Amino acid sequence: MSRIESTFKNGATRGEKALIAYVMAGDPTLSQTAQIVMEIEKAGADLIELGVPFSDPVADGPTIQKASERALKQGVTLRGVLDLVALLRRQTKIPLILMTYSNPVYAFGLGAFFKEAKGAGVDGLIVPDLPHEEAKEFLSLAKRHLIDLIFLVAPTTPSDRAERIVKDSGGFVYYVSLTGITGAALTEKESIRTRIQKLKSITDRPVAVGFGICTPEEAKEMSRAADGVIVGSALVKIIETAPNDPAYLSRLSGLVSSLKAAIRS
Amino acid sequence: MLLPNKKGRFGPYGGRYVPETLMPALEELEAAYLSARRDPAFKKELAEGLKSYVGRPTSLYFAKRLSERLGGAKVYLKREDLCHTGAHKINNTMGQILLTQRMGKQRVIAETGAGQHGVAVATVAARAGLACEVYMGAEDMERQALNVIRMRLLGAKVTGVDAGSRTLKDAINEALRDWTTNVRTTHYILGSVLGPHPYPMMIRDFQSVIGQEARQQILRAEGRLPDTLIACVGGGSNAIGLFYPFLSDKSVRMIGVEAGGRGIAPGQHAARFSGGSVGVLHGTMTYLLQDPSGQIQTTHSVSAGLDYAAVGPEHSYYRDLKRIDYTYVTDEEALAAFQLLAETEGILPALESAHAIAHLVKLAPTLSKEQLIIVNLSGRGDKDVHQLSQMNAFASRIRGAK
Repeated sequence: MSRIESTFKNGATRGEKALIAYVMAGDPTLSQTAQIVMEIEKAGADLIELGVPFSDPVADGPTIQKASERALKQGVTLRGVLDLVALLRRQTKIPLILMTYSNPVYAFGLGAFFKEAKGAGVDGLIVPDLPHEEAKEFLSLAKRHLIDLIFLVAPTTPSDRAERIVKDSGGFVYYVSLTGITGAALTEKESIRTRIQKLKSITDRPVAVGFGICTPEEAKEMSRAADGVIVGSALVKIIETAPNDPAYLSRLSGLVSSLKAAIRS
Repeated sequence: MLLPNKKGRFGPYGGRYVPETLMPALEELEAAYLSARRDPAFKKELAEGLKSYVGRPTSLYFAKRLSERLGGAKVYLKREDLCHTGAHKINNTMGQILLTQRMGKQRVIAETGAGQHGVAVATVAARAGLACEVYMGAEDMERQALNVIRMRLLGAKVTGVDAGSRTLKDAINEALRDWTTNVRTTHYILGSVLGPHPYPMMIRDFQSVIGQEARQQILRAEGRLPDTLIACVGGGSNAIGLFYPFLSDKSVRMIGVEAGGRGIAPGQHAARFSGGSVGVLHGTMTYLLQDPSGQIQTTHSVSAGLDYAAVGPEHSYYRDLKRIDYTYVTDEEALAAFQLLAETEGILPALESAHAIAHLVKLAPTLSKEQLIIVNLSGRGDKDVHQLSQMNAFASRIRGAK
C-alpha cells in the first residue's frame, strides 16, 4: 500500500477525512515553501500537493497563475522542486504529491523524471493537462517507480469514461468540483455530493474533491460525501501576502487547522 | 495516407493534452465534425457560403511585374487577401460556425493574434446571430487597434489579456479557461491548425479549399503543376491549406516561412523549427520555443499573427519527413517585401504574408524563367498600416508622398 493510500486508510479508521493542502513550490521562495509545508503539516494537513510553476497554466485561475509567475521569477524549475522534496523528505513522512503541467516533465525527460522523483521521495503526481488517453507512458513509468499517478474526473466526464479513469488512478481519484478553473466560485453543492457518491460507487479508491473550496464550511460540506478535501487557492492567497506580512505563517496554520477541524467532526 | 490517426496523431505529434473537463467537449466536436463532413447538406451549405458570402474562389493572380523585378521564376499569388474580412481565416470560421449550430451551442469564443481570426469569428457570429467573445493579448490590441474596432463594430466582446507576454499565447490560455468554465454552452473556434484533436485536422480540412482551388487554377493557366509553393507559418493554417492538396504531387516543393524576428536568439523570434524543440503547449505535442526546464519562451515578430511559440503538429510531422521545407525571414526582410509588393503589384500584403513574399524574393532570382511558384497571399495589409506608420522607414515615406 502506498503512503497516500495508507494515509487515507488510517484517517478513515479514525473516522477522519483527509485534508490535502496545495501550495506553489517556490512561492515566495523554495526555502520558505519548506517552512510552509512543515507548518501546515503541524496545523493538520494530511497530504501536501506541491505545485510546479509553469508559464501557461491553463487549468488554473488567477491566484495560482500569479503564484506560478512569482515562483518562475525566482528561477524555480522542476529540478529545484525535486530538491525541495528531497529536503522535506528528510524531515517529514507526510505524502508529497507534485502537481505539474506535462511540458516541464517532458522537458526533464520522462524516464529521468520518474527515477529522480522516486529518489527524492515524491509519492504522487497530478498532471492536469494529461488526460487518461495520453497517459500511457506516464502510467507505466509510475507503476515501475511506485509513484501514484492521480487522475482527475470532472463534472462533464460521462460515467463510462469515469470508469476507465478510476481504474488507472493511483492513490486516490481527484474529483473536480466545478466546471471551470482552480479558485472559481463553488456552486451547485448539492449536485457535487450526488456526483461524488456516484463516483464512489464505481471505485474502491478514496475520492478527494477540489477546485473552489475556500472556507471550513465549504470543506465540511464537501467532506460529507468525499474522503478528502483539497484546498489550494485559499492558502495561496495568504502566502501571496508573505512579503508584506511576517505573520502570514500563523494565519496560514490558522486556516489549515480550522479546515481540518471542520472535516474531522 | 490518412492523417491524423484516431487519437489525433500525426506521427508522434498532435494528441489531446487538455484538462479532463474539456475532453467530452472535444469528443463531441470530433463526432459532430466527422458526421458533418459526410453530410451533403452541410457540405452544400458551407460551399454556398464560401461562394456567395466569402467570395470564393479567390483568384490565382500572375504577378507579372513582381516576376520581372525578381528576374527568375514565374510568380503566382493565391489571393486569400480578397476574401471577405481580408484573410484566409474566414474559410475556417465559416465551417466552425455551422458546427456550432449543429451542436446547438449559443455562444462562441476565440483567441486572436493579428485580429484577423477574431474579425472572422465576429463576422460569422454576427451572421449566425450568436454571442461572441474574443480574447486578445494586450500588446496585440495596441498594434492591431483597427481590428479591435472592427470586432467591436461587429458586436463581439473583445477582452484584453494582460498576463504573460500579452500576445497570442496568453490569449489562448484565457480562451481555454473560458471554455473550461462555459463548455456546456460555448464552442471555442480555434483559429489555426493548433490545439487538441480534432482542431488541427478539422481546420486543415476547412483551409484546404485554398490548395484545391489553386491546383485547378494553375492547371488551367499553365497546363501543369507548380514547382514550388510558399506560405508563411504561424500556427500554419494558411500554409497547410495551400499545401495539403499537393502533398502527393512529388514534384511540388513546399516551403513554410516562419518569423525570424530580430534574429534567432531566445525571445527575439518565432521560428520554432530553427530555435525550438518538441514539447506540449495548448493541447498538442509539437515543436515549440521553450527554455531547458520546459517553460514556454516569449516570442517576437513584427507580425502579430506569427508571434507564437508553437507550430501546428502536422507541420512538425512533414518537417521530420522532409516533405515540407521550413525557413525563416527577419522582420526587416518582411517589411522590405511588403514595400516591394506594394510598388510592383499595387497590393498591400498582411505583414504575415509579407514573410512569404520575403522568402520569394530570395528564391525566385535563383530559378529559371520556366519555374512556377505559387505564394499564398494569406491576408491583406490594411490592418497593418497604423503599425507601419509608427515605424521610421515607413513614416518618412508616408510623409513624403505628395
